[in-house]
Order: sequence, then C-alpha cells, then structure tokens
Amino acid sequence: MHPDPSLIGQAIPRKEGREKVTGRARYVDDLVFPGMLHGATVRSPAARGRIRAIHFDKNIPWDEFTIVTAKDIPGENCIALILHDQPCLAAESVNHPEEPVVLLAHPDKYLLEEARRAVRIEIEPLPAIFSIDDSLAKKEIIWGEDNVFKKFLVEKGDMDAAWAAADIIVAGEYETAAQEQLYIEPNGVIAIANRVEGVTVWGSMQCPYYVHKALLPLFSLPKEKVRVVQAETGGGFGGKEEYPSMIAAHAALLAWKSGTPVKIIYDRAEDMVATTKRHPSRTRHRTGITRDGKLVAMEIEFVIDGGAYCTLSPVVLSRGTIHAGGPYECPNVRIRSRAVATNAPPHGAFRGFGAPQSIFALELHFDKVAQACGLAPDEFRRRNFVRQGGTLAVSQVVHEKVEMSRLMDRAFELSDYHAKRARFARENSSARVKKGIGFAAFLHGAGFTGSGEEFLASVVAVEGTAEGRVRVLAASTEIGQGTNTIFSQIAADALGLDPALVEIAPPDTAAVPNSGPTVASRTTMIVGKLVESAAVGLKQTLVSSGLLREKYSQAEFQRACGEYIVRHGELRATSQYAPPPGIHWDDDKYQGDAYGAYAWAVYVAEVSVDTTTYEIRVDDFVAVQEVGKVIHPVLAAGQIEGGVAQGIGYALYENVVWQEGRMVNAQMTNYIMPTSADVPPIRVYFEENPYPFGPGGAKGIGELPMDGPAPAIVNAIEHATGASITRIPVTPEVLMEALEGVHV
Amino acid sequence: MRAYLPKYEMVTPRNMEEALARMSAEPGIWRPFAGGTDLMVLLDAGKLAQRKFLSIWKLPELHGIAGTREHLTLGALTTYTEVQRSETLQQEFPLLCRAAAETGSVATQNRGTLGGNIANASPAADSPPALLVYDAELELVSARGARWVPYAQFHKGYKQMDLAPDELIARIRMPRARSGWKQYYRKVGTRSAQAISKVCFAGAARMENRHIADVRIALGSVAPTVVRCMKTEEFLCATGALTPAVVTRAQEILSGEIAPIDDFRSTANYRRRVAQNLLEEFLLSSG
Amino acid sequence: MSDAAKVRIAFRVNGHEVAVDAWPMARLLDVLRKELRLTGTKEGCGEGECGACAVLLDGALVNSCLVPAVHADGASVTTIEGVAQGDDLSAVQQAFLEHGGAQCGICTPGMVLAAVNLLARNPNPTEADIRAGLAGNLCRCTGYMKIFESVIAACKQKGDR
Repeated sequence: MHPDPSLIGQAIPRKEGREKVTGRARYVDDLVFPGMLHGATVRSPAARGRIRAIHFDKNIPWDEFTIVTAKDIPGENCIALILHDQPCLAAESVNHPEEPVVLLAHPDKYLLEEARRAVRIEIEPLPAIFSIDDSLAKKEIIWGEDNVFKKFLVEKGDMDAAWAAADIIVAGEYETAAQEQLYIEPNGVIAIANRVEGVTVWGSMQCPYYVHKALLPLFSLPKEKVRVVQAETGGGFGGKEEYPSMIAAHAALLAWKSGTPVKIIYDRAEDMVATTKRHPSRTRHRTGITRDGKLVAMEIEFVIDGGAYCTLSPVVLSRGTIHAGGPYECPNVRIRSRAVATNAPPHGAFRGFGAPQSIFALELHFDKVAQACGLAPDEFRRRNFVRQGGTLAVSQVVHEKVEMSRLMDRAFELSDYHAKRARFARENSSARVKKGIGFAAFLHGAGFTGSGEEFLASVVAVEGTAEGRVRVLAASTEIGQGTNTIFSQIAADALGLDPALVEIAPPDTAAVPNSGPTVASRTTMIVGKLVESAAVGLKQTLVSSGLLREKYSQAEFQRACGEYIVRHGELRATSQYAPPPGIHWDDDKYQGDAYGAYAWAVYVAEVSVDTTTYEIRVDDFVAVQEVGKVIHPVLAAGQIEGGVAQGIGYALYENVVWQEGRMVNAQMTNYIMPTSADVPPIRVYFEENPYPFGPGGAKGIGELPMDGPAPAIVNAIEHATGASITRIPVTPEVLMEALEGVHV
Repeated sequence: MRAYLPKYEMVTPRNMEEALARMSAEPGIWRPFAGGTDLMVLLDAGKLAQRKFLSIWKLPELHGIAGTREHLTLGALTTYTEVQRSETLQQEFPLLCRAAAETGSVATQNRGTLGGNIANASPAADSPPALLVYDAELELVSARGARWVPYAQFHKGYKQMDLAPDELIARIRMPRARSGWKQYYRKVGTRSAQAISKVCFAGAARMENRHIADVRIALGSVAPTVVRCMKTEEFLCATGALTPAVVTRAQEILSGEIAPIDDFRSTANYRRRVAQNLLEEFLLSSG
Repeated sequence: MSDAAKVRIAFRVNGHEVAVDAWPMARLLDVLRKELRLTGTKEGCGEGECGACAVLLDGALVNSCLVPAVHADGASVTTIEGVAQGDDLSAVQQAFLEHGGAQCGICTPGMVLAAVNLLARNPNPTEADIRAGLAGNLCRCTGYMKIFESVIAACKQKGDR
C-alpha cells in the first residue's frame, strides 16, 4: 500500500539531521564512561626489522599504567580478515613503520602522551622495499613466497589471434598514488572487557559485524560474549571499513587487562600516518584497434600496492580488475592483475575500491588511442560503447538497456563540450591561462562481486511496537550518506506511513541482525531492498492475522500493531538476501555476472592551467549518471557532489609524501584536500532506468562518483596544454615537468 | 593533543612595564604569546620546546593603527582581520591587505598578528614580503629602552633575528610613500585558500615614461628568510624600457638572489621557475 | 613532574557564567568539551586547519584548538549549543536541514558557526564571499555545494523576515 504520492523520489528531512545541526549528535569522543582510562599506541619507528627490546624510560610512574604487548593477547594475535597474517600487536618483528607494538592506558590523557614519548622500541633493521617494481622484482621477499597477495587472470576471446586483426596498436602506462580518506572525525573507540561479561566496543565505524568477527579469535570468546555498537560516525569512505577492528582490539586488550573502560582516540597525525590509504596502482595497456577505431584487443596489466599485510587487497584487486575494461565492448581481452606487498602500513578500502585506479588508466589511455586512429576522443568511445546484449571484459552480458552515447550527448550539451573544445584549442596559443575540457566515460558495479552477496546472506528485521511505531533493525551504518533516512523512507513507503513513525535501531551486534558491511555501494540497493521486503512482510503478518485490511489508514495500522503485540507478544518480520535469478559467476575463470547492476556515467571537467604558476583549477564540472531510480534527490546529489570533490582532490591536490614507507606530511596543513574556495560548481544530473531488484528500482551510487573526476580532469589538462600526463596527482610541480621538460 | 600541560606556564602581565620587567629579569625564559596561531600548533603536536609564556594579547600599547603625514604605524598585535578592515591600509598599503586576506582562514585571521608572524620568522610567511616592499621598520622595546630597526635588516638567518631575549616587537612603521606606484602581490600556495606558500612575491614600482624609476621586490619561501632582491632592483632601475631581453636578464639576476629548496611541499626548481615567472608578470603589469 | 598550577578561568558560555580550573595552556576546545561537557564543538585536526572546533570568542570566529584557556578568561564564548534558541533553530541550521548541508555532521557545528558569523558580518554575501568565509571549514562529505545552497537559503530566509 504505497502512499500517493510515493515517498520514493522525495527529499524527506534527514533522520538525524536535527541532532547534527545542533551539535547534539554523539560521536565516540563525546562519550564518557565512569572510571574510563585513555589509551595510546606505541608504534614501530622502522619499516622492517626484528624487535630487539622495548625500553621504558625511568621518569614515568609506570606502575600507574596499564601496559599491553603481544604476550597479553588471550587468543590469537591477529586481526582476522581474509587471512590471519596481520598481527594485532607486533611480537618479534615489524613489517611497516608505525606498526603497533605497545599499548598504554592511564586516566590522565596528558601524562599518557608523556609516557608514549618515553617508550623506545629498539629494532634491528632488515632491508625493506617500498615500490611495486621492487616488490615484483623480489628485491626482498617480505610476504609469503613471492610478495604477491593475490592475482587474477581474466580472458575473453582469443588474444593471441586478435593482434593479427589490429591495424594500430597503442601502449601506455599509468600510475595512481596513495590517497588518505581524511574523514574529519579521526578513528576512535571505547571498550569494556573482562572474562565474565566479555567484550563490548563502541566506536566510529562502518561495519560493526567486521569488528565483532575480528574480536572473537583475539579473545577466544564465543559470539554472544562480544558486542559491538556503532557510535555516530563522522565520515568513513572505506577508511573505517576494516581499520576499526585494529583500534577496537587495542582498546579491548587494555580494558581486559585494566578491568576498566578504555577510550582510544587517534589524533589527526596518528590517523594519517598509521591507518589505511587507497592502494597505489600501476596499469599497463596495450590496445589493438582497426583503422576505423573498433577495439579488437585489450591487454591490461594491473598492479596494486597492498602495503605490508594482506587485509582487503584481494578484493580491491578484484574490483579494479573487473572494472579495468570499462563500459566498452571488445571481443578479445586479457587482464592480468596482482596485489603485491611493500613495507608500508597496509593499504585499504577507500570509496571506489580499485575501480578509480583502473578506470583512471583506461580513460586516459582511450584518449590516446583515439588520437592514434585520428578520431575525436568521444567518437572513439561511441564506436566501442557496450550496448544491450553486449558483453563486458569479464564476459558479463549486459541485459539492461544501456545508452552511453546518449548520456554522453547530455553531458556534452550541459557542459558545452564541443564548442569549448574548439574554442579553447583556438585561443590557447596566445593565452597565459590555458583552458581545457575533457571527459571520462565509465561504469560502477554495485554490491559484492559475483556470489559475494549470496555468501554474505544479509538479514534485515522490521518490528512493530506497541505504540504502532516501526523499527528497522540492520547492521548498516549511517556515516553521512543517509542510511537512516533512506531506510525510513523505504519502510514508510512500503507501509504507507509517515517516515517520522519509523525508527532506525542503533547498529548494535547484540540487537540487530547482520545485514552485511556498509561498503560496496550496497546499502540502498541490497540492504534497502531487504528493508522493503521485511516491511512488506510485517504488513502481511498483520493482514493475515485479520487485524488489518489490505487498504488501511495510518491510525488503523498503529492500532493493529498494538493489538497484535497484546495477542502475540512480538511483531517482527525478517528478510534475507536471495540472489536475483540467473546470476552466474565463475570464480576460477573470473568471468560472468560480476555485479547485479551497474550505474553508468559520463563526467566532463573544464580546467584552467596557469602557465605562470602551473596551477590547475577546475572551473566547471558536469556529472551525468544513470542510477536506476533516485530515491532521495538531495541525498543522491550529495553523494555525487561529495565524491566528485574527493575525485578532484585525488587528481590535483592530495599527495602523500613518503619517506622509507612513512607518510611525512601527516598534517592537514601539508596533506591538502579541497576547501570551499577550490571546488568548481559541481552540476549533477540523473537518468533513471529502474533496476528490478533494487528498492524502487535503485542501483548503488556511493562509489560511482569517485571513478570519473581524475581521468576527466587529466584529459582536460592534456587538451589545455598538450602535455602528456600519465599519473596523479597532477601537482603544479608535476605539470611544470611535463610542460617544460624541466626535471622536478 | 600531545603536550604535557602541567609543564606549561602562562602569565598575563597587566601592562607593558610588567611584561618587560619579567622578560628582563629572566631573559629568554619568558616567551611573548600573542594570538597563538603558530605556538599552539606546536603545543598540540607536543613539540613546543619553551615552557613559560607571557600573554601580551590584551596589552593596549600593542594595538591600534596610527598615522602621521609621513608614516603609518601599526601595533604589533594588529590582527590580519584588522589589517583588512583598515581603509587607510587598503588604500595606501594594499599589498599588506592582500597578504592578510591570503593568510590562513577567517578564524586564523582573527587571532593571527603581524608581530607574531614576524617573530615566528617562517620564511613562508605571507606578510613579510609586503612589509619589505613598504620599507617597514620595527620598534623593539625592552626594560632598557626602545630602538627602531629596518625590517630589511631584522632577519639574520633561518629563525635568527635581531631581537634580544628581553625585547618585544612593539610597533611596525611604514613610510607613506607608495602612492602612484604599481603594486603587485601574488602568493602561490598548495590550494586557493588556507595554504602555506610555495612562492610569495611582492613588488612595487614607480614608473616614469614607462621606465622603472624606483622599485622594491621581495619574496617569501625561496630562502631561509624573507628576501629583498636588491640586485634585481638595481638592475631594473638602471635599464631603460622593459624589453623581453631586460626581463630575461632580470630573471637571471633574481635567480642568483634566491636559494629555494626541495621540501615536502614543493621543489627548488619549481620555486625558482615560478619566482622568475612572477617577476615577469609583475614587470609586464607595471610597464 | 608538575611545575605549573591550574588557574581559575571565569567566562561566559552561551550566555551563562562559568568558572573552571584549568591548566593555563589547556586548549579552549578541551575546556569546553571536558570540563564543561559541551561536546558539540569537535576536534578534527588539532592544527587550526579543519575548523571543526570553531567557536565565537567575543564575537570573532576562532579555532578553539588554538586558543589557550587563559585567553578565555573574562571573555564571551558562543558554541554550537548556543546557536538555536531552545527548540527554535537558527535560519542557518534550518537551511542546513532543508538543503542537505550536513551529511556525517562532524564539520557541521563549526560550519554553522562560520556561516552564522559570516551572515552577521555580511548579510548579503555573494557566492565568492561565502566560499571565502567558509574556506577555513573543511568538509569531506558534501563537496560544499549543498552548504553554499544552505547559506544562500538562510540569507533569503532572514531577508524575508
């Protein structure tokens, strides 16, 4: 019984908006527990080596402190994720700078810092490696037998025969650098832990059940004895997907040993230097085309730097590999990809998760390929866009209607692309400030790859209360993207109620079922659909109990809830994920239906390049995407605008400066993200082609906007200057080298 | 917040006499603390070496903007916000106002002071190049008396100043002598706002028949201190028309007067090239 | 180990007189959050870069992570908790709610204060004025677009009153 008009497509108020604009929302550092200690982590000064000794300077009253090392871990010393290779605390050796070794806790936060300075970890250094090349060359073996965390091989058609059909072959190599998620709220947790009650953790996080799973082997506790609760979280972007398990483990160990609650809050410098970043990448393309610009062969070598431990690198590699061929039809494809180890802090999840890296390379390369066959960059794309019934690089048949050309037309009209392309080319030779306009065409698959969603088997529950309110119980977290609002909207729409009647239960593993992690652009599309079906299930329960007619008013619904609970005690419906029919994915060949749905996009960037200072400004940005269905226009636009801003940072400003595996510019003064003065007008437009298995037809969109900006901007810079640029970030220094041939 | 706070002391003298007496009794022990926008960053990082601070923030003698016919004098605690709000400064010393507008953000401009900026002696500071172009002088006071020092002679080396441990920067005085001059200021930072400069150029030129009759050129972030490029100035005053050859030669001379470095913000080559480009832009906009 | 002594700082916060004992160089940010339990003001960087800790000190926007406790003595401080009048949200807050100016919300208290301060100084800012006025408040979620829309809407709303 959907309301008329439907709530789907309306901009209802943000569920927790009032708390946020009044400063009443409670983030983890706002929480205070009686008797709470503060905790701090002492970290390795060296990139690799054996721990010889740990020295505690004499001028600190150590007997007042709780001190934890690897020896104090009750269970397995690991942060369980895909593998168990990453220690919670380094025991005999270290493999990256800032690796955690010693934990300290004390009631006085200031004395704690003095004490942290007074612990010296003595390391006998071992040779370390810091680059993809050194890792591939096995200059040192630092992980496993060959430094390779994971590799994939994707094949389509007959590559070896394909080259014979190519009239023109174009090769290129592209690099992307590390990027820091830079959520404005640093990582933080509070833990209470003891043998009797078990472990409870409150924290800033995206995935309470990931933390829950990681704490089990650490403490050798059964599931019921570990409880994880998400606090209001000030941004995640993937940086709080897997990392919180580490900080949660640390706080819990201190709490376990001290017998009191322990709070650990990272300051900005620690968060930047010690936690995960986007995987650096290197992609090599070799592309064969016919004389009239049709793709016949695509050979891609894609390598990402995973840092010192495996963590999520295999999954980042997977997504990057699958997206490496873009929204194009090519009969013959070979993609070889690897994730390799270096002695840097492990790299991890960051919005896009491998796709921004491989799509960057592809969209830069395709502008070059177009040039090589004498076609305009857009004309080359048009001749090769995949259409309905065609197949992507992983041999996924595209069953839905796909109109990349039309998206491109719209993006070009909105950005005045063709006229500007011509005008800038004419005017640039005499201009000190040169202008350029460029684009990127791409796709982004939502949900977990292949059978991943089936494996997650997510569950959502919806309850009716005695007062006739509705509660949604899911582990999906609000991290700013609008989970609370969207779930309320979907449930309210399915039940024909005012969204104000819908409550979202706090993500607490003791109280909510596991709806899977808040990642992979799955929260609306996958979990939102479960919210919808559970809400429908709730309604059906009431209807089939005879307490509610098929068409009802809100008041009748509320009365029926109350009556049902009087009779039966509890009113609850659950829904568990079932894959759409006909999805087939071959995990060995890495072929088939990688994702249930793709969003499709064309982004256009207009830039100015000042040849006096080599500074680059984005003057205008147009983002056009087909997303299934826009459930909440303000939230959806907010996702694209925010993602584009991060993409602009990725392309131009955000530069991690490394020295021996350590980030040395770990301050917001020196790691630069865009301010309000730096962003162009970001103009967002949606198209809709409902995805039958998403709530209201919605596809996932959270990560999509991360893929387009960097290649669009770099293509625009090339248009403006003629400079061939193959890596990001394009800082003014990098541009100067490209323009002047001056060594930077 | 990494500092061990119990070790840090801050006292608030009621007047200048008391402030100077304390500094004179224990020279070098008591460090003047103005708005704190530099010192508190160090404290936050646990890297503030000094322990005893004299809060001079409210001393009235250090505030205010006063003018005579020849000079404009600013109290050392004039904030960047106050600089921007002064109509006189906007009209007669626009480069200083430009520098103030580009320093930090609104919040830092409300607390950051010219005196604090000078005493912090960062070679990347935004105001010093403008102050040099305006032939600023500093009044340094102590219990022993007061003296005026040309700002061009104040910075001796990286973080070394002609400032005795018992001395305070009290006022900044500038001759009102730049009307009719072509004035130019450009800061090249890491982004549009709230950025530390990679190169900062301030210039002012008095033109006569399209020749440079008098000129001042000062740069930040290209040497251990803010630097006035006097050889470049001399060359430009001695030449005639600003031909491309003259501009190129001036750029060469400029290059010899600066000593940019590689650091994690930028590179020596970039700084050098951009400094030269900015000189050209200045000269083209003046001629 | 302890050389200094705590000092008594007496000031007004959101219209109320308060007095705390604090280390002289304790950050105003920590005095507000810990001693006074006003947790609306946030720490994002501890370097005066992100603006999440912004408050009004005698009417001027400042980063409270850079203000020593001693400087608050005798002053009047406004935090995010003092912006709404009871349940009545200010025009800026209402606009943020209606136009999506807040996503994760951690930058929002500082951003709201910066916007309130901007409009107090300049009731009809241009978009360039807004960009400059908010350049000291970093937001990682929104890309700033809906923050600009919110501020413009708040101006119109105030203008209509």
